Amino acid sequence: MKYIVAIIQPDRMDEVLDRLTAKEIHLVTVSNVMGRGRQKGIAQVYRSHTEAGSLLRKVKLEIAVNDEFVDAAVEAVEGGARTGQVGDGKIFVLDLEQAIRIRTGEKGSKAIG
Amino acid sequence: MNGMHSRLKVIGLIAGVALTAATNTWADTAAAVAAPAAAAVVAAPAAAPAAAAVVNSGDTAWVLVSTALVLLMTIPGLALFYGGLVRRKNVLSILMQCFFLACLITVQWVVFGYSLAFGPDVKGFIGNLSWAMLSHVGAEPNADYAGTIPHSVFMLFQMMFAIITPALIVGAFAERMKFAAFALFSLLWATFVYDPLAHWVWGMGGFLRTMGALDFAGGTVVHINAGIAALVCALVMGKRLGYPNKLSPPHNLPFAVVGASLLWFGWFGFNAGSALAANGLAGSAFLATHVATAVAALAWSVMDLIKNKHVTVLGIISGAVAGLVAITPAAGFVTAGGAIAVGAGAGIVCFLFVTVVKPLLGYDDSLDAFGVHGIGGIWGALATGLFATTAVNSGGANGLFYGNPALLWIQFKAVMVTLVYSGVMSFIILKIVDAVLGLRAPEQAERIGLDLTDHRETGYTVLD
Repeated sequence: MKYIVAIIQPDRMDEVLDRLTAKEIHLVTVSNVMGRGRQKGIAQVYRSHTEAGSLLRKVKLEIAVNDEFVDAAVEAVEGGARTGQVGDGKIFVLDLEQAIRIRTGEKGSKAIG
Repeated sequence: MNGMHSRLKVIGLIAGVALTAATNTWADTAAAVAAPAAAAVVAAPAAAPAAAAVVNSGDTAWVLVSTALVLLMTIPGLALFYGGLVRRKNVLSILMQCFFLACLITVQWVVFGYSLAFGPDVKGFIGNLSWAMLSHVGAEPNADYAGTIPHSVFMLFQMMFAIITPALIVGAFAERMKFAAFALFSLLWATFVYDPLAHWVWGMGGFLRTMGALDFAGGTVVHINAGIAALVCALVMGKRLGYPNKLSPPHNLPFAVVGASLLWFGWFGFNAGSALAANGLAGSAFLATHVATAVAALAWSVMDLIKNKHVTVLGIISGAVAGLVAITPAAGFVTAGGAIAVGAGAGIVCFLFVTVVKPLLGYDDSLDAFGVHGIGGIWGALATGLFATTAVNSGGANGLFYGNPALLWIQFKAVMVTLVYSGVMSFIILKIVDAVLGLRAPEQAERIGLDLTDHRETGYTVLD
């Protein structure tokens, strides 16, 4: 089992979700987050006072998958989120130790999906 | 404020004794006949004591509506304008301070404030307490102030001005003043600064009124007064933690836009209502107010474009408020052309002050209460001395550009008197409150935000 964390541009979220659905991956958690990377921010100006180094709005996706779905999930996120511009984001793949479905108490790979 | 026209007085003399409440139609007709020549005088000696006062229903209706419009300026207008500009952890503290003042000053005004400001004169400096608890303030008009509306309506209209003035100062100490200190400061300030100044400029016998200073709707009493008090507050209180480079930007500019728009809307009551009659002068003040505001907003935007390469939302609404402030003393005395000049000056002067001068001086006036209301008010008062013309208001005076340089000097003196008195008194009151309660919220409270530490509430929930 793997836990995939992806930070993407907010306007790419719909495309990524569509591609995940097409690959039968439904389990996903989405959050609004602020962050920064090489892209840097667009400076904001309030009454001529410039707010430098501001963070940018991003969307964070968290997806738990069984091993056979890892490549499909990464492909879906990568394909949906890529624009070719600096700031498209990152995908992190982590080992997942345990998963438990709260409703039934099922554990492990059965609990995912 | 509003001198009665002699023809109306004659009719009033004939009809006044015999006809009472049922004479509204009569009075309307008389007013309509008199209107073309009617000359309402603001902050200038009234023509002559009126013999019999007759309530005019049109005038009364307009001033009642204007009264409600001026309350709307404070809550929710100013509250949203300021509330949107602070960080989310302090939004409730701002809304609370504005709302609280609407309540606090109402009581102060009824109990003794109105009497101090407008009651029988004591040596040109203050009213006495014989109108406390609104004694002598009833349905009968007071011809010294407004001969065609009930005295109680005039008192209510003025109450809303007394409310918004201390509320303007909130912008200077936003995000760092203890609520208890704010409440005590506001009560003392309203009593010892606002009420005397209102008396000087508007009260019968007030010395600035006698001197001939022109202040149509309160540029001196409200805006310069609150503006300089705001500057003193900012200096005495010190900077917010992290000022200027480690502060988050305004948390909700759409709030601020709604607030500024409500200020603009309510300001028609403030300025056009200050004619204290539904007449040509009210229309003229309405026009000047609207034009100056639009021009000032555009002027600020042009300055923004030149300096920052972009026009900004905060810029255009700041410019609009600066224009509203600046046209306030001039509204009943200038032509549309004069209003354009006043507005353009306001946008440029306030922009330069807020974005160039303030950073050089280094004080933290959180929401630019001094930069917009103080500087805009000073510009407006002086501009009245430049652009006023008796062609608009025969009860006013000509300014420098209409051949009377003396007015500019009188306006300058009125500005200086206000700056010195309000500045010194505000400083003394702050020091007293600091000694009694302490002005600043503890550092920990400032970091957490006043919503939670002072009010045990938060403006926005994150979960559900």
